[in-house]
Amino acid sequence: MPKDFGIGVSQKRREDVRFLKGAGNYTDDINVVGQAFVHFLRSEVAHATINSIDTSAASNMPGVVRIFTGADFEGVGGLPCGWQVTDRNNEPMQEPPHPILAQGKVRHVGDPIAAVVADTYEQARDAVEAIKIDLDELPAVIDMADALTENAVKVHDELKSNLCYDWVLGETDNEKVQAAFDNAEHITTLELTNQRLVANPMEPRVAVGDYNQATEEHTLFTTSQNPHVIRLLMCAFVLGLPEHKVRVVAPDVGGGFGTKIFHYAEEAFCTFAAKACNRPVKWTSSRSESFVTDAQGRDHVTKIELALDSENNFTAIRTNTLANLGAYLSTFSSSVPTWLHGTLMAGNYKTPVIQVNVKAVFTTTVPVDAYRGAGRPEATFQLERVIDKVARELKLDPVALRRQNFITEFPYDTPVALTYDTGDYNGTMNKLEAAADFDGFAQRRSDTEANGKLRGLGVNCYIEACGIAPSNIVGMLGARAGLYDAATVRVNATGSISVMVGAHSHGQGHETVFPQVVAEMIGIDESQIEIVHGDSSKIPFGMGTYGSRSIAVCGSAMVRATEKVINKAKKIAAHLMEASDADIELKDGQFSVAGTDKSVAWGEVTLAAYVPHNFPLQDIEPGLEETAFYDPANFTFPAGAYACEVEIDPDTGQVSIERFCAADDFGNIVNPMIVDGQVHGGIGQGIGQALLESCSYDKDGQLLSGSYMDYAMPRADDVPFYAVDHSSQTPCTHNPLGVKGCGEAGAIGSPPAVVNAVIDALQSAGHDVDHIDMPVSPSRVWAAMQS
Amino acid sequence: MPKVNITVNNNPATGEVEGRTLLSTFLRDIVGLTGTHIGCDTSQCGACVVHVNGDAIKACTMFALEADGATVDTIEGQANADGSLNVIQQAFQDHHALQCGFCTPGMVMSASALLKENPSPSEAEVRKYLEGNLCRCTGYHNIVKAILAASGQEVSAVAAE
Ligand code: FES
Ligand code: FES
Repeated sequence: MPKDFGIGVSQKRREDVRFLKGAGNYTDDINVVGQAFVHFLRSEVAHATINSIDTSAASNMPGVVRIFTGADFEGVGGLPCGWQVTDRNNEPMQEPPHPILAQGKVRHVGDPIAAVVADTYEQARDAVEAIKIDLDELPAVIDMADALTENAVKVHDELKSNLCYDWVLGETDNEKVQAAFDNAEHITTLELTNQRLVANPMEPRVAVGDYNQATEEHTLFTTSQNPHVIRLLMCAFVLGLPEHKVRVVAPDVGGGFGTKIFHYAEEAFCTFAAKACNRPVKWTSSRSESFVTDAQGRDHVTKIELALDSENNFTAIRTNTLANLGAYLSTFSSSVPTWLHGTLMAGNYKTPVIQVNVKAVFTTTVPVDAYRGAGRPEATFQLERVIDKVARELKLDPVALRRQNFITEFPYDTPVALTYDTGDYNGTMNKLEAAADFDGFAQRRSDTEANGKLRGLGVNCYIEACGIAPSNIVGMLGARAGLYDAATVRVNATGSISVMVGAHSHGQGHETVFPQVVAEMIGIDESQIEIVHGDSSKIPFGMGTYGSRSIAVCGSAMVRATEKVINKAKKIAAHLMEASDADIELKDGQFSVAGTDKSVAWGEVTLAAYVPHNFPLQDIEPGLEETAFYDPANFTFPAGAYACEVEIDPDTGQVSIERFCAADDFGNIVNPMIVDGQVHGGIGQGIGQALLESCSYDKDGQLLSGSYMDYAMPRADDVPFYAVDHSSQTPCTHNPLGVKGCGEAGAIGSPPAVVNAVIDALQSAGHDVDHIDMPVSPSRVWAAMQS
Repeated sequence: MPKVNITVNNNPATGEVEGRTLLSTFLRDIVGLTGTHIGCDTSQCGACVVHVNGDAIKACTMFALEADGATVDTIEGQANADGSLNVIQQAFQDHHALQCGFCTPGMVMSASALLKENPSPSEAEVRKYLEGNLCRCTGYHNIVKAILAASGQEVSAVAAE
């Protein structure tokens, strides 16, 4: 009989039933009795000094409860940055204040200037329109290179310049790097942009603040990926509240993709205003507002150089990147272009000398932070594009060139600070070659050409670092947070189990997957196990979900807590059966004494734990509940190889994706169906980046792509069915499940495959083009074909 | 303020609205049916799709007053009478066609309108029909698969061919 529960089974998701019936409980579905609504007056210009704010007319508008401006937040902390980067001269990064409401100056379109709390949402909006502001507009700071020139207008007057940090990783000795290039047989250089994107989870952000005067307790309902992180940042750095008096709840959350990790001004505002107004205060972002307030992603401009010896071995990589941070430091913004990007520049290849330089720049744009993949897509894109370019220049098979340079022995210390514990890049590539049917490509190309179109095949590899930790190392690198996670396994008297986890599910299916692990360990039915997440008053202090960490880090904590439970349960079972602990075995929810026919059921032991009439009270405490905190020994390193086939219409430049194949190594897999789904979603976003999406500003700092009318989200008819293969598996060596994480792979691995395929198609028709920046739009392709 | 009366999921619902109140807001905030979601303010995302007098409509494109007297069906009324998932909902669960669930009500309502119009759509027809429904989580793969499956078509071999 095939296995029908536990690890490795494609269990259908239990959370689906409520979502499919419209019975999810998203933050905007929460209404607290007596709530008022806040609407923010936001800057319509990119950069200005605020001379005055006149709220007199607005305060007499119907329904207005109170109007707040920056003056109400003097003395209140600003939004903190969670990672201090140290620059190449050992200096800390420049860290400007990030006020809740603007103090004297606005620095991007959307920067909040004032907030109206009113009885209804419409009244708050109407009153915002009646606020009069007097601004002196200043020049916008948009182009990163311009922002770094000596006489550039400064985004933050109190800083020395617009440079947040100038950071180097890998070989710091420039001469050694140059020597490697001087000795090279061939050098290929590529300049490229990894364009700015908007994460766009389908649920806009929402915050509801509530304050109970009697108990002096705050509750914040918020669309967050990590409620405990929000509570800590808001209490310790912004509002100065005691954590035990603050409850943060992130209920069902409609997608995150990174942009719901960060602590935002609106969360602190609603918490603050609920007390100040003595009324619950609710904020619901419109989509237009989310385009100018949700932290955006990517936005790197890079020059990468790759050196090869006479046998086509990679000998050196040098990169110079400008990374846009926007106007303020969002929570983890500083870590993305550095420790999440530079550390991945070795990719899957054994290149002995690597130097990564990143200059991070303030501009008068919306802050930039982690978006699905966060730094790793940027690293992968550069590296896999330059490898593709060199293969074409030297007329080498791009797959063979990659294979020749693959890291094949593990553990492997990269020149950029990581130790890959395990992997099999040839194995994954073999899977890809089979799944993508490379052999049939020539025929497919000639079929396409017979129809008057061009066809190209693009291939690339990727590696990512997930489950970021250990805490002591990342602390040395500047992280101001721990990166462990936590789980409490609470066994009820009748044997059912509640598992309280620090991870947060906003689409990942934890409510289904996590019970599979516990069920496997104990041998009871998954329906007896329930996951509790998202409420700081119910769960242990965990760090939430981002960086593909949930199963690798929180899952490991859950395993450890379950092991503790099993060990204690065995002691109880031993007592009940008058045997020695060491002889107790647990299988299929039955405890037995080895070599005898004596056994007791899971439920008998759990009942004894809570009705301890016959119980070893002298040795152990009653009850059956255990907590574990798990701090990983290393990152995990999922890796894979992707292939894309495109068709190009030479008359219009329109690119269509005909085939997309992904072969990933995620180590062990708990629920294959959910892993497939994660990869599909990532590929959808990666194709969106490659072909469609672009967040752009004009020179005055106006956002040109501020709604779905002008920001091209991928739609169902922009993408094909994807073929995904996860059968190449090298389990992680340092966590108990051997899992690596799968949430970001698709978004990291897919953009270069698409662009490589486009270049392949164009070159097949004799066009002299070796790169097109994303999004590879029809106009860009068409223009490239005319040159 | 003017009053709106509708029949929603076979039950009468009534409430006072402003002229500018959208049907989506009326359903969520006044009738209390929060399954209809709001994902944008430019009528592009489709999270708010409901059926008005049998036609799939983005509820954010219609004033509540315009729906006065109409019969409205929302995601909350889609399950079978015994509470079990209907064929489309069941196909969505079977084929993992939802992750965060935020686009899902609109997707299910659109899918049911599609299958009423075209009981056996091709893959391309499904993709085309979903043009007005954005999903950021699934890459659409399993949504298209689920809708094809709900129409009774064989989908076990679906891949990138
Ligand atoms: S909310 Fe109606 S289409 Fe987006
Ligand atoms: S399931 Fe999340 S947007 Fe579609």
